[in-house]
Amino acid sequence: MGARLSSMLKDAGLTAFVAAALGIFIVGFRTVDVGSRKGLGFDYQFADLAVAVVTIFFGRLGLSLAAAGLRWPSMVLGAAMIAAGASPLELPSGFLHWFVALGGVLLVIRGVWPWANDAMTAAAGSRSGVVLGRAGAKWSGWLLLAAAVAMPFTPFGDQKTMDLGVLILTYVMLGWGLNIVVGLAGLLDLGYVAFYAVGAYSYALLSTQHGLGFWVVLPIAGMMAALFGVLLGFPVLRLRGDYLAIVTLGFGEIIRLVILNWFDLTNGPAGIGSIPGPTLFGAVFAETAPAGKQTVSQMLGIPFDGIHRLIFLYYIILFLALITNLFTQRMRRLPVGRAWEALREDETACRALGINPTNTKLTAFAVGAMFAGFAGSFFAAKQRFISPESFVFIESAIILAIVVLGGMGSQIGVVLAAVLLIGLPEWFRDLGNYRMLAFGLAMVLIMVFRPRGLVAHREPSLRLHPIKPGGGR
Amino acid sequence: MAEPPILAVKGVKTFYGAIQALHGVDLEVARGEIVALIGANGAGKSTLLMTICGNPRARAGAVQFDGEDITALPTHEIVRRGVAQVPEGRRIFPRMSVFENLQMGATLADPAHFSHDLERVFAMFPRLAERRDQRGGTLSGGEQQMLAISRALMSRPRLLLLDEPSLGLAPLIVRQIFEAIGRIAREEGVTIFLVEQNAYHALRLADRGYVLANGRVRLSGGGRELLANAEVRAAYLEGGHP
Repeated sequence: MGARLSSMLKDAGLTAFVAAALGIFIVGFRTVDVGSRKGLGFDYQFADLAVAVVTIFFGRLGLSLAAAGLRWPSMVLGAAMIAAGASPLELPSGFLHWFVALGGVLLVIRGVWPWANDAMTAAAGSRSGVVLGRAGAKWSGWLLLAAAVAMPFTPFGDQKTMDLGVLILTYVMLGWGLNIVVGLAGLLDLGYVAFYAVGAYSYALLSTQHGLGFWVVLPIAGMMAALFGVLLGFPVLRLRGDYLAIVTLGFGEIIRLVILNWFDLTNGPAGIGSIPGPTLFGAVFAETAPAGKQTVSQMLGIPFDGIHRLIFLYYIILFLALITNLFTQRMRRLPVGRAWEALREDETACRALGINPTNTKLTAFAVGAMFAGFAGSFFAAKQRFISPESFVFIESAIILAIVVLGGMGSQIGVVLAAVLLIGLPEWFRDLGNYRMLAFGLAMVLIMVFRPRGLVAHREPSLRLHPIKPGGGR
Repeated sequence: MAEPPILAVKGVKTFYGAIQALHGVDLEVARGEIVALIGANGAGKSTLLMTICGNPRARAGAVQFDGEDITALPTHEIVRRGVAQVPEGRRIFPRMSVFENLQMGATLADPAHFSHDLERVFAMFPRLAERRDQRGGTLSGGEQQMLAISRALMSRPRLLLLDEPSLGLAPLIVRQIFEAIGRIAREEGVTIFLVEQNAYHALRLADRGYVLANGRVRLSGGGRELLANAEVRAAYLEGGHP
């Protein structure tokens, strides 16, 4: 016992030393402008560094304790750290409070996790757990949908929440679209935002320059994006895995750079403004209608309220996202959808079964891109202003993160991941810059505890017969 | 022979980059036959099977299926003409259920035949029927091989190519698999071309056999005849199987 404790202390000391060695330059020193004469000077923040190093020492010690089975001491340590973080104790900066407290939370989670896991496994194995699990799998999607439909009419449906809802649903739709390419067909696409951009610019240009309405352009934008999907698909047909990822990454950047530099068409970095919003049977959402049109409030005879437009946008994106989902579910049951999944599993075997890998990959790229095109078109109509800044690589990365964290190929997982990755950072805007830290932490935690995504289970697209109790499985 | 052989390989030379794997291979498989191709590791057996399927393509020579030149066709076009392949290492789809794997096998078949064909393969391998909703990756090696063979049969092929069906399987399972292959040939009338390292089982089952060494056909003859051949015994059987 003593020997184990001393080795743990040694290990924690080493970790703290490494943290100190790394942190001394990152945290310990800060350059400050001390006036035009002297130029830059140093500011020392050794108190910050010391607190951080001590926290890391205890954090590491706690993790070692938990790993050795001493969960209670570890959790006590964690609780002490939370208390220290939350206490009115004067730490050098507000961030350190968070740092200490989050470290404590991690330790407590680490301590509770095995019990929680056991309890979950036991519950899932029990009779009522099985029934509940089946019902959950069957109804959770419908429940989520009902909640989403009812949302605008609940007390929660204020401006801020509806805005967030539209944003989350946009990412849910993009996630579902990318899920076709990455989750089903297994083609790692790092440039998905390019198709989003194509859809957005298609609508922006066709509406501002040719006066076409949202509903007319929507299918055109989808087709344009699908065309670009095929365009990307051709050169990458022979590539797999890492190589494919690099080329798609390049493709995404090319599209962005073309948009940025093709000034005559896209107005370059200045972007395109005053894009008309979507209409409801020809009526516009505005306080006063332009000549020859009427507003929705006139048409329906209700007083004007800014939130109507938001609710309308919310239902449009909900509808578009649902179409994406239904389409994907349907495709999975058709030969082409099954071929996508088979292609992800084993391309050689697919060839041996007479599946044409070229067509299969191209359809996956095209269909995935089409939905990004729809979403892009919606995005342009919602924002009324687009510029290349909206279509940078980080967008692709976030959409991909949603798909991967959700569990490749899982539809409901995408929803959960989108709420988590888009919703939480928006909710916690008050945290300022640290919300990105929390974002990163959440991603790491999900990948550590659920390495195959939030919803990793893959439901067969078809069952032959209901499973008989005791037989088969 | 009045009608053309179902499969004819004529002077086929295959290269991997600059390295020549096949140095002009000639062989024929007649309709309804079981033909085995045996040889040591690296002799070019799998290469020949893959060349027949068009990946990699033969740089010289010709492959004919049912009298038609298929040398330059892409794999999926060759398969479409009635050639089914059980690839080396089985290559079933691990995350798909047994049923879905079989569905994939029926990609090219008339959907009207599906349920009938499904019953046929389930009758041949009852183990698969028991495990139809289980994921392919969780099956045992023998069950995976049964699944790979069944999957290939779902397309109602005229020619079935098997690459090392005994690979990594226990002796008892190997016997079962070879029995099933024999039944497929006799009862279903499917022509079988089989590549094997396990010369004993392969030659005992086959009507005829070829011995491949260093990318060339070294010997050919009836299955039993080759099994009795001193050279074959010395090279492929002694110390191996009884």
